[in-house]
Amino acid sequence: MMRAAELHIDEACWSPSRHAAPVLHPVQLRLAAGSVLGVVGANGAGKSTLLRLIYRYYRPRSGRVAIDGVDIWSMPARIAARNVAVVLQEQAVDFAFTVRSIVDLGRTPHRPGFSFSTPRDRDIVESALERLDIAHLAARRFGSLSGGERQRVMVARALVQEPALLVLDEPTNHLDIRHQLEIINLIRDLDMTVVASLHDLNMAALVCDDILLLSKGKTVGVGPPDRVLADDMVSLAFGIRARRERLMPSNIDHFTYQL
Amino acid sequence: MPAAWVMRILTISGSMLALSISLTIAISVGAVSIPWSTVWGVMVNHIWPGAVEPSWPAGHDSIIWQIRVPRAALAMLVGAGLAMVGASLQAVTRNALADPHLLGISSGGAFGAIVALLHTGLFLGTITVPLLAFLGALGATLVVLGVTRLAAAGSADRLVLAGVAVSFIVMALANMLIFLGDPKATHTVVFWMLGGLGLAEWSHLLWPLAALMLCGAWLWGRAGDLNVMTAGDETAITLGLAAQRFRLEVFVAGALITGVMVAFSGVIGFVGLMVPHIVRMIVGGDYRKVLPVCALFGAILLLWADIAARTIMAPEDMPVGIVTGLVGGVFFIWLLRRRSMGANG
Repeated sequence: MMRAAELHIDEACWSPSRHAAPVLHPVQLRLAAGSVLGVVGANGAGKSTLLRLIYRYYRPRSGRVAIDGVDIWSMPARIAARNVAVVLQEQAVDFAFTVRSIVDLGRTPHRPGFSFSTPRDRDIVESALERLDIAHLAARRFGSLSGGERQRVMVARALVQEPALLVLDEPTNHLDIRHQLEIINLIRDLDMTVVASLHDLNMAALVCDDILLLSKGKTVGVGPPDRVLADDMVSLAFGIRARRERLMPSNIDHFTYQL
Repeated sequence: MPAAWVMRILTISGSMLALSISLTIAISVGAVSIPWSTVWGVMVNHIWPGAVEPSWPAGHDSIIWQIRVPRAALAMLVGAGLAMVGASLQAVTRNALADPHLLGISSGGAFGAIVALLHTGLFLGTITVPLLAFLGALGATLVVLGVTRLAAAGSADRLVLAGVAVSFIVMALANMLIFLGDPKATHTVVFWMLGGLGLAEWSHLLWPLAALMLCGAWLWGRAGDLNVMTAGDETAITLGLAAQRFRLEVFVAGALITGVMVAFSGVIGFVGLMVPHIVRMIVGGDYRKVLPVCALFGAILLLWADIAARTIMAPEDMPVGIVTGLVGGVFFIWLLRRRSMGANG
């Protein structure tokens, strides 16, 4: 059962300590339920910090992050975990877990204390395995998978959480072109609200309903890709000369860059 | 899936059988060799008086019931406890090399126990040694965690290095205490510290049993969260687990088990390192299965280590810590080799 939630970031900002310079200046953003937000910017622009605010790892110094109008810090961690799922680049250690049991971890916030998987849990896990096309790997050891396969396992684990908001940190990193496109297609097909940090601006323009462009912790622009991913704003944010050209005959906008 | 159930039943019944056989052998082997039938006859008679007609010399009864059964029981408790602690520490540190001995927890426990044995005396009665051992173990644990944070040692291997460093310092301090202590008592203490089960008595078994039951049950109850911890702190937090706090709780529970075990059996290393690895090869990574099987295998391993310790130099009773140290050290090297060969899968 999939649901989507509205995400409201209300002047949320973050700094490592009270007196330190802010890593992320206040961000104001409202993302409609079911839409896809791409967070783009150069390295160190504050993308990860913003994501961490959204998935309740960092508490905002001021302002708030709300899901369907509810401040995520007003709910217990477990309840938040039923609403927001995250795919990080963090690598699990190889402790002989099978793919199926890694995916099953996503059921943890729905389970009371010590319990084995229920038939419902198993159904949800199986359908996520099918959806990510990794059912044939279910009994394999997670440690024996390739990078692309691992990424799909982690996405399956997040879907099994049945979140209303899915956060993806560089979901297409280290994937070959085919798997990149598969992940992109999946993101577009999901019913839930999605926030993803992306490096590839062309891909971001293709998949996102909204773009948040960050530079040095400040919002450069937020809105539909057409408006935010403009030559001048991208050039400013990345310190390059960017030009958006229309490719023929596919009729798609495409960025080219120069120093 | 029926096949999985068959495997599960086979694993459990197989290891229970192995445990009973190991227990029988452990009790029958020794300076006086006692037949298996007598071993079981005596045990059944003590649990259920008059059930078996005694056909053995009265001396065998007291050798078995007063000396060997408590010793075997202590071996099982210590083995089970250390194996469960090792497995749990490995999850929360995300480090396959974590072990109460390598992380300095055992040394801290030994330090606390030495303070009680040589310097303060049993000012709180029989609980003094286990209590101070627990406090020592807890102190060493917190120092290791502090050093790791101080050195900003996020990586897993560095945690082990910090543990080894703290272990050296604590052992040096412990040795100094022995050096300063009463020369007449030091021989006993040194022998105890090498890891021995020879001092086992029925009346002493209560503390290890209580520590294992309480903390072991708690760890098993948190098995799902231990699974989550292996995914990484940040991911664990997004799954609704307070990762840092949970890690600290597991360390305290681990220090409690380790400290109490050290108080009664000295420093027995590498059980917590070896057993979880072997168990994972058989049942996979899920802690809901790993922990109980670790307890079983740990009990069996230490029974056999004690059998070896008593037979290799018979009639001399070698400290069991020497046996686990030798076997565990070789195992450690094998593990390093496997890791360096890129056997991630």
